[in-house]
Amino acid sequence: MKILAMDSSGLVASVAFLEDEKIKGLININYQKTHSQTLLPMLDELLKTLGDSLDDVDYLACANGPGSFTGLRIGVATVKGLGLGLGKKVVEVSTLEALALNWQGVDGVVCPIMDARRSQVYTAAYIFEDQDAVPKEIIAPVNCTIDELFEKLAANGKKVFFTGDGVPVYREYIESNLKVPFVLPSAVNEYQNAANVAVLGKAYAMEGKAVDASLVTPVYLRKPQAEREREALLNAE
Amino acid sequence: MEDVYILAIESSCDETAAAVVKNGREILSNVIYSQIDLHTLYGGVVPEIASRKHIDKINQVVSKAIEDSKMELKDMSAVAVTYGPGLVGPLLVGVSFAKAMAYAAKLPVIGVHHIEGHICANYIANQELEPPFMCLVVSGGHTHLVKVADYGEYEILGRTEDDAAGEAFDKVARAIGLGYPGGPKIDRVSKSGNPEAIKFPRAKVGGSEYDFSFSGLKSAVLNYLNTASMNNEKIVTEDVAASFQQAVIDVLVGHSMEALDRYNFKKFAIAGGVASNSSLRAAFEEACAQKGVEFFLPPPILCTDNAAMIGSAAYYEYKRGTRSGLDLNAVPNLKLGER
Ligand SMILES: Nc1ncnc2c1ncn2[C@@H]1O[C@H](COP(=O)(O)OP(=O)(O)OP(=O)(O)O)[C@@H](O)[C@H]1O
Ligand SMILES: [Mg+2]
Repeated sequence: MKILAMDSSGLVASVAFLEDEKIKGLININYQKTHSQTLLPMLDELLKTLGDSLDDVDYLACANGPGSFTGLRIGVATVKGLGLGLGKKVVEVSTLEALALNWQGVDGVVCPIMDARRSQVYTAAYIFEDQDAVPKEIIAPVNCTIDELFEKLAANGKKVFFTGDGVPVYREYIESNLKVPFVLPSAVNEYQNAANVAVLGKAYAMEGKAVDASLVTPVYLRKPQAEREREALLNAE
Repeated sequence: MEDVYILAIESSCDETAAAVVKNGREILSNVIYSQIDLHTLYGGVVPEIASRKHIDKINQVVSKAIEDSKMELKDMSAVAVTYGPGLVGPLLVGVSFAKAMAYAAKLPVIGVHHIEGHICANYIANQELEPPFMCLVVSGGHTHLVKVADYGEYEILGRTEDDAAGEAFDKVARAIGLGYPGGPKIDRVSKSGNPEAIKFPRAKVGGSEYDFSFSGLKSAVLNYLNTASMNNEKIVTEDVAASFQQAVIDVLVGHSMEALDRYNFKKFAIAGGVASNSSLRAAFEEACAQKGVEFFLPPPILCTDNAAMIGSAAYYEYKRGTRSGLDLNAVPNLKLGER
């Protein structure tokens, strides 16, 4: 099985090519250039280097959120365009679940945190019960404050393994406020990585969860500001 | 010569649109999904909401355009997409999608300037129209008097110093309680109003002779409304709308006719959303007839945002050898004539 995977939900633009059991190729760029300029050229570069053709890919996979609204849409629009152009199905993978694979197999709770600005994070929590690729979700993806997250982690009590671009933002806050033992990531397992998306994409494709490209939808976990303000106004009346 | 088929995509504002155009002049399909009802709740286009809607709809719209054309994606010569100007979020959806689809189908991509598209709507509506000619672009974000020297070659002779014509329509409509979108509503109620009821100013501006200004006119309307309501005078919405509309039309027609004299063009065209205004169309028809200048205008459906016009513009770029790279980006403030 060949899977072409991508993640542009955060600072990193990442593309990966999975063939059966191995990650045959991976390109990660964590640099200021906008994803709209980098993602497709990276994908082209990857395929050319591997000598693989897009036509031989079985499934496309894409991190569909949460994340930066614009970054997410660049990735999702790209995969929707590829899907229509190739007539191939797409596997949607949660950005948070893919991030959790940065700590695959650890004994404890894996907690991805993504900076959602306004003192909030996009987060979730997972545990690895066996050698399966797919982690088990114990806190569903949510947009909340870091304190709300800390309460849940404290209630659980287990050691926490953090990952995600929220870590550099909240590092000191975690160090001085979290009541349970924790481990922070290093440069190798802090960010999004399309290899994780590819691995989960394969697992979900085998479960028959691939969908038509037209159905791929970003998961924002947050309404547009104008919509929130309008609702607040309506509720106040 | 081999026929050229362009699959074009437009998502610069609040319309998700796709079309297949043959040889720049013939529409094989033209699909437009308008989000207007959604944005009406907010009194204007909300960029984040528009971006989300584009992502939801783009596959259906593009698939429908291919289906309606009775062709297949692989039969296309190229994929075209609006890459600016417009709202960055909405533009990025179209650009990212178009590049990826074209890459997968091994087709070239052509990035198109949205206003170039508006102008080219005239090539579809008028098969015999060829440059050089002069074109007035009046839309939601632009008011440009353009010299179309050749296909793909533009020179701006005059532009607005402040509000675009469509923007003025939208703002005034809001002020007189007609709501969003303002242009079509003012057009409609003006039909039962007196365009000479209120004397609003016809602005002259400092810059180029052919530049426009509409913010003074907008303020004059607001002042009129304030004064009238303070004096407990009855405000006749129809008259305000018609008088405002007439002031806009007088300035647009006046400048255009002066420029036609000066540059000696024999052909004149209008384009953009405001070009669907019925009184404006009639006024230009008459003014051009008096001058013996040939007048061109697209039907209303090709005046407001659509992808067929992008397909037409792309055809002429295609012939000139324009091809965009995989790194094509959205350029929200792209200038006409720039690449
Ligand atoms: N019948 C009409 N009379 C006057 N104005 C109209 C009419 N129909 C549409 N408009 C105006 O046209 C504008 C929309 O045109 P268009 O779709 O070309 O603009 P846009 O795409 O938002 O802006 P731009 O093309 O400059 O980027 C709106 O301001 C609308 O009020
Ligand atoms: Mg427009």
